[in-house]
Amino acid sequence: MRAVLRQAVHLVVVLFCVTLFVALLTSMLPGDPVNAIAGFGTDAQKEQIRDRLGLDDPLPVQYVRWVGDFVRGDLGDYWSVTGARPVMDRVREALPVSLQLMLYAQVLALVVAIPLGVATAYRAGSRFDRASNATAFGMLAIPNFALALVLAYYVGVQAGWLPVSGYVSPSEDLIEHFRRMAMPAIALAVGQIAVYMRLLRSDMIATLQEDFITMAKAKGISPRRVLWRHALRPSSLTLLTVAGLNVGTLIGSTVVVEVIFSLPGLGSLLFEAITARQYIAFQSLVAIIAIGYVLLNFMVDVLYAVLDPRIRHARA
Amino acid sequence: MPEPKVDVTADVGGAPELPSLTPITTVQPVDLVRAEGGVPLTGAAARRGKLGVMGILSISWLVLIVALAVLAPVLPIEDPNKIIASIARQPPGTDGHILGGDVLGRDMLSRLIWGARASLLIGTLSVLLGLVLGGLLGLVAGYFRGRWDNILTGGFDILLSFPQLILALTLVTVFASGAGTTYGVRMSVLILALGVVSIPVLGRITRANTLSWCQREFVLAARALGAKQREIMFKEVLPNVLPAMFSIALLGVAVVIVAEGGLSLLGVGTPLPTPSWGNIIAEGRSELRNAPHIVIEPTIVIFLTVFALNYLGDVVRARFDVRESAL
Amino acid sequence: MIRGRRRRVAPVAADYHQPGTRLLDVNDLKTYFRTPRGMVRAVDGVSLTLDRGKTLGLVGESGCGKSVLSRSIMGLLPSTAERTGEIIFGSERLDTMGPEALRSYWGTQLAMVFQDPMTSLNPVMRIGRQITESLEVHTDMDKNQARDTALALLKSVHIPEAERRLDQYPHELSGGMRQRVVIAVALACGPQLLFADEPTTALDVTVQAQILDLLSEQQRERHMAVVLVSHDLGVVAGRTQEIAVMYAGQIVEHAPTSVLFSEVRMPYTEALLRSVPRLENPSHTRLAVIGGRPPDLIDPPAGCRFAARCPYVQPRCLEEQPPLQEADTPGHLFRCWYPVGTQAGTEALERNLAAHVPQAEAAVSGDLAVEAS
Repeated sequence: MRAVLRQAVHLVVVLFCVTLFVALLTSMLPGDPVNAIAGFGTDAQKEQIRDRLGLDDPLPVQYVRWVGDFVRGDLGDYWSVTGARPVMDRVREALPVSLQLMLYAQVLALVVAIPLGVATAYRAGSRFDRASNATAFGMLAIPNFALALVLAYYVGVQAGWLPVSGYVSPSEDLIEHFRRMAMPAIALAVGQIAVYMRLLRSDMIATLQEDFITMAKAKGISPRRVLWRHALRPSSLTLLTVAGLNVGTLIGSTVVVEVIFSLPGLGSLLFEAITARQYIAFQSLVAIIAIGYVLLNFMVDVLYAVLDPRIRHARA
Repeated sequence: MPEPKVDVTADVGGAPELPSLTPITTVQPVDLVRAEGGVPLTGAAARRGKLGVMGILSISWLVLIVALAVLAPVLPIEDPNKIIASIARQPPGTDGHILGGDVLGRDMLSRLIWGARASLLIGTLSVLLGLVLGGLLGLVAGYFRGRWDNILTGGFDILLSFPQLILALTLVTVFASGAGTTYGVRMSVLILALGVVSIPVLGRITRANTLSWCQREFVLAARALGAKQREIMFKEVLPNVLPAMFSIALLGVAVVIVAEGGLSLLGVGTPLPTPSWGNIIAEGRSELRNAPHIVIEPTIVIFLTVFALNYLGDVVRARFDVRESAL
Repeated sequence: MIRGRRRRVAPVAADYHQPGTRLLDVNDLKTYFRTPRGMVRAVDGVSLTLDRGKTLGLVGESGCGKSVLSRSIMGLLPSTAERTGEIIFGSERLDTMGPEALRSYWGTQLAMVFQDPMTSLNPVMRIGRQITESLEVHTDMDKNQARDTALALLKSVHIPEAERRLDQYPHELSGGMRQRVVIAVALACGPQLLFADEPTTALDVTVQAQILDLLSEQQRERHMAVVLVSHDLGVVAGRTQEIAVMYAGQIVEHAPTSVLFSEVRMPYTEALLRSVPRLENPSHTRLAVIGGRPPDLIDPPAGCRFAARCPYVQPRCLEEQPPLQEADTPGHLFRCWYPVGTQAGTEALERNLAAHVPQAEAAVSGDLAVEAS
């Protein structure tokens, strides 16, 4: 219990620091941000923006105001030649896309990594094992965006199997949805596959040494059944925890992959905001991503602490 | 023989995590995992700390690109900014241009070599910054422990609470993407931003190693002999911590090179027209259909470099980890 | 006992089911392990036979190869192991059998009970499931039949509240009960031969007797042959018909149980018997230990392997390895040049005492010398 409390305190401290940093971003901008955001706008609009930014106020006031706005869901406006659109609206549209992509990437990585991990653990030391080990290492060396581009070219452009850009929501057309998410998900998953496979492999090798595995074999059960029904479950704890935590780590790569495949998620939105110098929107987006990341890690940390005694027990 | 258990949670050096603000430092971002060397993926030779064929190849590649990058101004290659309209987007081999032309008609080979300068410069300087600052802070945290340790580790944790790339992106956007940003400012901010992002990683590794080395007897002996804290820290502990730091630094350079690539794709990497591997890819994106070589060539170069750095990083770590555990 | 029909039935001889038939015939079994340092000769030429319904005790100190022997006969060896020798079970050759065929024997004809019930049961699988899995794999019972059979098995190993236990996990049971479950799992498909590899070593003394009684009971009811492996002579004393004593990978004495205790021939066995503490001894009696350590199994000595620690050792022992010879009583084999209780042996001991050979003096100075008959 005390551990959870400590983590909660830690969470508050971190959130404070993160929001402080983000809230003061606009005040750290060199030059006049108003012209950057809406240089084409009317004087009245510029005054509106200036008010919102409140750059003349002392920093603590700026911070409090920003937090207040953020908590109320007021993320500012996104300015373009056609006018202002609330950032919150755009976030609401973009968030599901990003979440879907990150989820698919993790699931895909697990689906591929688990059988590979099992197989290489069973045949540890064999040529197959060493070959997949080398491949895994190679996979880690490929930057996600580079893989995304290569895939986009060979699979998308050359072979024409999958579309290279655009997004279709699952409620519209499920198949098209997956066709468009396939390459982005693969690009993100490949690096993960390498890590997960090796993680599972080493846990399984340890499990396969245990007595109950020998006992299961002595019952006359086929090796496949022993591997999948007996050895896999106790070995998969670390893997699943890591997979859960890793959802957040892919944020940076997800942003880039979204841009490459023109998926309208938070990453693309962020990119747009930077290019269009929409600093208010940029600030809000960074806040959302950072806070989301912090909360996600917090939840997984708590979960791990809760599961830990049972994990230790299950392994005993 | 069963594989030693891969422990993604342990800091290198095996020091027990003191109760920091983050009670459980389970998983790090995959980048960090790689950077912290949490997942050794190399073959048997590397795990034993030996170079092997792959090691030699890796060193050769790195030496090659560093040499090319350093010697770029005096090499008999085209000016990287010179535009030759006829070779624009032409595949490798056109008119004696071995690697073809880029989107505007500049020679790819020369842009890649000059790109090595930018990418490697950013990579090494950022990591150096992280190494010096992070290493120093980590050393202090690990050596003095107590209040300083808590503060510093807390600082590291807070920095780590931000997704790495997003933090770098934010810093560069805020400080160096305005209309009047010069090349110098942008590069400096890039290096600083990526350096700042590396500080907590290197800091924690250094701290963990320092903790474990401080427990050894020769440190106690030095103290008993009346040596000053600073002397002990720098003369006794630091030399032993350096190898682990070096290994992480190698991995870190790889991470930064990739990060610069990502930032370039998002428009905030090395400013054009100066080439870097990342921004060549970014430029080439629009011509992927017609001139894929513009994207593929720098991709291959990055891949080989990252591979070589990862491999050597693992070899260095294996060599020095083995010695530590033998003690 | 099993209601379903067996799948993949292995062919058996006509007189297979008669009690007293020869069930197991092992000839010159050798099991070597490949290690970086060399070949470890864990089992170095073992031959034995076992009849249906009989119990063979396999005794020796840690590292003598008794566990490896059981696993070698079953075939449960890792890939680093190399095994030669004949293993005849019923009328089939186990040593030349392919892995799939061998697997069809495991659980159905041959079974093993391991030492530590805490680690030999799958911690995340329910007890009932661990039993029914065996049944489902080897017979064509459906789920309900399997569950009923599992229930019956748990009752037959005297687990109280068997119905409730079926759905529990191993960690919810005590050590003794877990071992009973392990026995139930092993016996689920009615094997003819059971290897009990130190089944009570990890248990409390009070529970040990219960488990051993259970094993005896099951053996009687099922006419099983049992190989009872232990380092503890007390465990095998009253529950076996024959005992084989192993040392450094070889059998050094093999006799009907009563004969072993009364007509011991091999000095190692004598030393083992001597080292068993007895209630009737006065308090503060020193425990008799066998000085020295077993030989290196990678490069075993040329002569008798016990020579370095033997009170009766003579020059011949260091040069020539004694073969297994038959003693006066039929069925009693031993491996020694100067056996206990013979004139040659007694003279050897006296010569050693006169020469102040340390292990001879140590052996004799204890008040617990077994009376040679």
